[in-house]
Amino acid sequence: MAEQRYYQKEIETMPYEQMRALQSERLVKQVKHVWDNVPFYRARMEEKGLTPDDIQSIDDLHKLPFVCKDDLRDQYPYGLLATDLKNCVRIQSTSGTTGRRVVAFYTQKDVDLWEDCCARAITAVGGTNEDVCQVAYGYGLFTGGPGLNGGSHKVGCLTLPMSSGNTERQIQFMMDLGATILCCTPSYAAYIGEALKEQGYKPEDNKLKAGIFGAEPWTNEMRRDIEKSLGIKAYDIYGLTETTGPGVSFECSEQTGMHVNEDHFIPEIIDPETGEVLPDGEKGELVFTSITKEAFPLLRYRTRDICVLSRKKCSCGRTLIKMSKPMGRSDDMMIIRGVNVFPSQIETVLLNEGYSPNYQIVIDRVNNTDTMEVNVELTPELFSDTVRDIRNAEKQLTAAMVTMLGIRPDVHLVAPKTITRSEGKAVRVIDKRKLHD
Amino acid sequence: MAIKQVSVFVENKKGALADALRALSDAGIGLRALSIADTNDFGILRVITDDNAKAMLILSEHGYVCSKTDVVAAAADDKPGGLAALLALLSDAGIDVEYVYAFVAQAKSHACVVLRVKDNAAAEAVLAKAGVSLITEEDIAKL
Repeated sequence: MAEQRYYQKEIETMPYEQMRALQSERLVKQVKHVWDNVPFYRARMEEKGLTPDDIQSIDDLHKLPFVCKDDLRDQYPYGLLATDLKNCVRIQSTSGTTGRRVVAFYTQKDVDLWEDCCARAITAVGGTNEDVCQVAYGYGLFTGGPGLNGGSHKVGCLTLPMSSGNTERQIQFMMDLGATILCCTPSYAAYIGEALKEQGYKPEDNKLKAGIFGAEPWTNEMRRDIEKSLGIKAYDIYGLTETTGPGVSFECSEQTGMHVNEDHFIPEIIDPETGEVLPDGEKGELVFTSITKEAFPLLRYRTRDICVLSRKKCSCGRTLIKMSKPMGRSDDMMIIRGVNVFPSQIETVLLNEGYSPNYQIVIDRVNNTDTMEVNVELTPELFSDTVRDIRNAEKQLTAAMVTMLGIRPDVHLVAPKTITRSEGKAVRVIDKRKLHD
Repeated sequence: MAIKQVSVFVENKKGALADALRALSDAGIGLRALSIADTNDFGILRVITDDNAKAMLILSEHGYVCSKTDVVAAAADDKPGGLAALLALLSDAGIDVEYVYAFVAQAKSHACVVLRVKDNAAAEAVLAKAGVSLITEEDIAKL
């Protein structure tokens, strides 16, 4: 890329020491804010014998207790809210996961800063007010659509708020309105690429130049496929509803990791077993502290994503620390078609529906789209002598899983004791996808 | 009056059917009638044996999911149109048949038709009224 553009140059290219000072100032303020407003944080800090006075700078960050997803679930819905509801203007929620729903609150300022983060991401891939930005992430509770939509507005792009799905219409608008930037999940980008080809379009027929793809793991191999099929540069973006949504970190022209918007989110890498902070360059679990969020601040939130941080000088000129693509998880969460799925959710559905929790999840990626199969062992009580009854049982189970997971798995009833067991312990998840390089 | 049928869930895998049948034959259980419903993923093996209680026990011991189902067995004339006439009786009476299979016993002038319906008693009443002879467990045992 010829010329580098920044959305907020001063922040994005801020010298390290200055960034540390900014982070320290914001951290100290944030710790006081949650101590005063969130009994949960106060209790957690008191358990460790801490008061806000113990946090004088970013060097004290490691003293603070961790927060994990279970805490968020336990505190649902208002337990972690740090401001009056009258100051909040929005909620977003994790995708369709009934058992583990997390609701995050936003003040107008929170929304504003989040959109700034997304605007930085769009600018980093070359976006300007002359671009047409097609946002094909889901809109609604899912953060993908609203986040990139807001960022696109801030940059001044003509924004196409397509939401996900209806590929026919996506293609029609893309071609007729000359979309130049596409934002969606990488699997949907690959799908659109396939659909364009099927309709007889060549990669050079569209006006797209860049894509911002996130919300699910993808490899560099998949990146090359998408770049080829759409004739674009494909960039990664990272985020999670708990901290804000997409835009926590984003890729630049170098495409070698994502710059963390560390003026809002301080990243740490810890040893997932001991909780000990690891130095930059070491692989471990990513932890975020949101230092500017008003409504739903998180101190040391354990993302369960395994990755590496790097302060190596970047050719784009940004000084923001870079994180690698997540290389795996430190828990059993699966990301399927952009949706977070836990084996425990499948188990809950089975127990609710009267099945024994003997199941196996088989995940694969066919034509760049995730497939999910759930094999469930049949019990004599649920067995019937007619095919119709068994098919109906499968349908009912599928419907219950759709409600719980937000995605539709292929459910198969199988004979008992046929699910692979290794050393007496059943293998619950077989993931055939190649997600990490 | 209805007779017992043993239904077995058989996965659509190589040798699965043979394995289930071998479990029965190894236990000395003889088959009187057999039918299979198959789909891409699984099949349902339905058998009438000379010892249904033992068949259930053996199959369960071998880890098969199985169930005992009451089905109606009736004698149809062993000639063209015999089964059609019998089914017409049920259809005229508004009785839906889930599935049906038939077998011919040696040296008999009729075929034995096994019918799976919702209401066995109603189906039997319709058939009996029309003069169709019903087959009992005792009849099966004598085969």
